[in-house]
Amino acid sequence: MITSEKKINMSQLKNFTKGFIRENPVFALFLGLCPTLGVTTSAINGIGMGMATTFVLVMSNLVVSVVKNFIPDKVRIPAFIVIIASFVTIVQLIMQAYVPSLFEALGLFIPLIVVNCVVLGRAEAFASKNNPGSSVIDGLGMGLGFTFALGLLGSVREILGSGSIFNIKFIEGDGLLIFILSPGAFLALGYLIVIINKLSKKGS
Amino acid sequence: MAKKESTLANMVIALLTITLVASASLGAVYEVTKEPIAAARLAKKNAAILFVIPEYNNSPVDEVYKVAVDRDTLYFYPGKNNNEFVGTAVESFTNSGFSGKIRVMVGFRPDGSINNYRILEHAETPGLGTKMEPWFRDEKGQRSILGINPGTANLTVSKDGGDVDAITAATISSRAFLDAVQRAYDNLRKEN
Repeated sequence: MITSEKKINMSQLKNFTKGFIRENPVFALFLGLCPTLGVTTSAINGIGMGMATTFVLVMSNLVVSVVKNFIPDKVRIPAFIVIIASFVTIVQLIMQAYVPSLFEALGLFIPLIVVNCVVLGRAEAFASKNNPGSSVIDGLGMGLGFTFALGLLGSVREILGSGSIFNIKFIEGDGLLIFILSPGAFLALGYLIVIINKLSKKGS
Repeated sequence: MAKKESTLANMVIALLTITLVASASLGAVYEVTKEPIAAARLAKKNAAILFVIPEYNNSPVDEVYKVAVDRDTLYFYPGKNNNEFVGTAVESFTNSGFSGKIRVMVGFRPDGSINNYRILEHAETPGLGTKMEPWFRDEKGQRSILGINPGTANLTVSKDGGDVDAITAATISSRAFLDAVQRAYDNLRKEN
């Protein structure tokens, strides 16, 4: 009895942590790169976007997993999209009402969460085949992995580009401006992927 | 999991149910957040007005007047202290930003000189064009536009022969910002 419980806990833990490095949406699966490159001009923007996506992921995974047996196979994709889009609109309204400054910074990219492949990908590949409990954990793990990736990329670009971190300046004047502009997003992401691949290869 | 058979009836019913539940919950969230959103917008506008014009004790938002130009609208908020005119906050815009529209609130003293300004909305490049907010009140060189009267000074960047230093590496954003300020001044003069 105890061992089987332990086994479940172990697999749930694995289910939760896989989103961080091994199946990280950005660094390993290369999903959702459009918002990744677009919003990560500063650490706080990256983390804010990651949190919004995490909320949508968790909620849509939960609902998809609950209703999966009622949805006919042929219309499952439109059904998932409607569910995801509803949660995105809810996030948008709530952010506009209670954190207007963050909403201004992310504005354009919030509606784009609907077409973020990470969200639909987890609904189709995980939540539609698993029970609500593990779907929520999967969504949370993947979402936090996404947040971690966006926060890391945002921090690197903010440090190199503006010489600050979380809006706290540590050098006078400007940094390497290219890291704030779009080409810098590709450069920074490329080098981060190299480093992470190098580190995770060593471990295995 | 066994795949559920798709028939016309159950597909229609499933999609109809999902869209109904989705729209009902969205309606509920909209109702709940409607007032906080309006309040947040108004608070931002009031904070901007208070920031750009000298002390007033009337309610400029209630005495607003509007002018339509270039398929958009300029808003004028007159500030009064015990019925004495102390300045006007003008909500102006420009279409020539580096990435689209920029909206600014500019406060003018009764003599037409600029008292202060605040950026309301923009989509300029972070780290470059976003410096608009601190730059044009910086005392260094000819950056500051505070106290300048756009009627007598040449409110363009020094690269174009004007009296204002542009933001380093963001000349387009600087031009756009000054365009919005000039537009506010021109229409304010036309109105009074």
